[in-house]
Amino acid sequence: MIVGSLTLCAAISLLTTTLIIYVLFSETSTFFRDVSFQEFFTGTTWRPLFEPVSFGVWELVAGTANVVLWSMVMALPVGLATAVYLSEYASGRTRGLMKPMLEALAGVPTVVYAYFAINVITLDVLRPVFGPDLPVFNSLAASVMLAVMILPTIASISEDAMASVPRDLREAGYGLGATRLEVAWRVVVPAALSGIVASVLLAIARVVGETMIVAVAAGSTPNLTLSPLESIQTMTGYMLQVGLGDAARNTVEYQSLFAVGAMLFMITLAFNIGAHLLVARFREEYE
Amino acid sequence: MSVVPAHLEEVTLRATGAVARRQFISRISRYVLLAASLIGVAILIYLAYETLQAGASRVTWHFLTNYPSRFAERAGLRSAIIGSAWTMSFTVVLAFPVAIGTAVWMEEFAPKNAVLSFVKLNLANLAGVPSIIYGILGLAIFVRFADMGPSIMAGALTLALMIIPMTVIAAQEAIKQVPQSIRDASLAVGATHWQTVWSHVLPQALPGIMTGVILAVSRAAGETAALIMIGAFSLILYDNTSPFDSFTTVPIQIYSWTVRPANLGFQVNASAAIIVLMAAVLTLNLIAAIIRERFRRE
Repeated sequence: MIVGSLTLCAAISLLTTTLIIYVLFSETSTFFRDVSFQEFFTGTTWRPLFEPVSFGVWELVAGTANVVLWSMVMALPVGLATAVYLSEYASGRTRGLMKPMLEALAGVPTVVYAYFAINVITLDVLRPVFGPDLPVFNSLAASVMLAVMILPTIASISEDAMASVPRDLREAGYGLGATRLEVAWRVVVPAALSGIVASVLLAIARVVGETMIVAVAAGSTPNLTLSPLESIQTMTGYMLQVGLGDAARNTVEYQSLFAVGAMLFMITLAFNIGAHLLVARFREEYE
Repeated sequence: MSVVPAHLEEVTLRATGAVARRQFISRISRYVLLAASLIGVAILIYLAYETLQAGASRVTWHFLTNYPSRFAERAGLRSAIIGSAWTMSFTVVLAFPVAIGTAVWMEEFAPKNAVLSFVKLNLANLAGVPSIIYGILGLAIFVRFADMGPSIMAGALTLALMIIPMTVIAAQEAIKQVPQSIRDASLAVGATHWQTVWSHVLPQALPGIMTGVILAVSRAAGETAALIMIGAFSLILYDNTSPFDSFTTVPIQIYSWTVRPANLGFQVNASAAIIVLMAAVLTLNLIAAIIRERFRRE
């Protein structure tokens, strides 16, 4: 009886996945009765609300790619430098002090970052730098906050990967006369590369799925551009916009929510699975 | 006995040329890397300072006990705080038993076979599903199909599904760390498998499990997108009395004030609400950290 109810608990997680897939794909299939595959996957204009309507998802995918690109440009060097410092330079005490502070960044609700993006980053930081022509809603402000949000993901997982590199490799480097930086950069980082790549994939999955920051700060104008200084709309931004509008069931607008959702689900799933495979690989290598 | 000649006594080997340059770069790198690793924390401190500047004066008793209003000075968090409290309570009650049950089954009872690996893989993937996807799941299943409307119950069920995977993973880690000797001792004196788990493994794992649960709750407490998707973005001017009421929460209120036109003065309310939300989230994280530290020493 007890084991039976415990098994039932475990079954709930399987049921959740089944329901997610069922809900996404059943509504998506109705969506594709009204909109052709060709229009959705090859069109470059996303205009679901105004005549003539057009459902070319690339404009939303480009918006997501835009914030992924710019948040990574900022978070990757800083995250990697942090991981190298914590793993190769910092004393145990410094590490014990800095890791929790860094992880606090991951605990901040994203709606708070969203508020900062428009009220502080755009107004106090970006406008003075890029001039008053910068739109209030721009991809760069959102990317800055996304970069802060994923910094702990990159730093923490990369640091774990570097810490699991055997000491022998470092000793061999020092034995050949390499300096600490050379050992860190040319021995430890390459040896931990699969873990570092995994951290980046997980970070990308989080950026792709993040909603509040992009919905508030990046704008709501689908825009086929990778420029950080323009107003854009991401897949999640569009989904939230529909969610706010209380779209009636059986309208194309409501179904488009699930079509974009299915696309989002597949993309994050691919990045997450990639990360898990890589993590499994670096665990095997050194354990 | 040979004596070291005086002119050789204080020789230090000093690198020159290329080697000196490499050593210099390596010495400098420590400070460059340290500076880089402080950027994130520095930004956080700067933002916290800006928020306190903008909103601290608005955090008053009236702000906490007033309903939302068209006028920024009169608007308050009352319905949001009450809504958050209801939603969080139901989320914990729904998620806690399922998450622990799943973790206990996986660690103690499940046959070690392909089914278990599949359940594990599935949980890891669910933990990575974006919250807005849980939101549209809640919208389709709880709000529309089960006809609960945009109610507290629909919100709590949605958030419960969202936090179950991360809670299971934390609980699993905690159960794994209970030494095998404790199970052996209990089984040796004749306890059943379930008695061993219930009276020995779970109490030992409880601090770790609680830490995981608290962190999951703090994530749910700050969740906005999933709840907006189920339709919880509405003006609530009454106190919730039933789990089937419409509701709003503190993060939703922050969002609603943030997106108002800047000249109406609601940004001050947003920063005041952020102070309230962050105080709650940081308190939860602190409690989790204290529990973890206290039981690590024992």
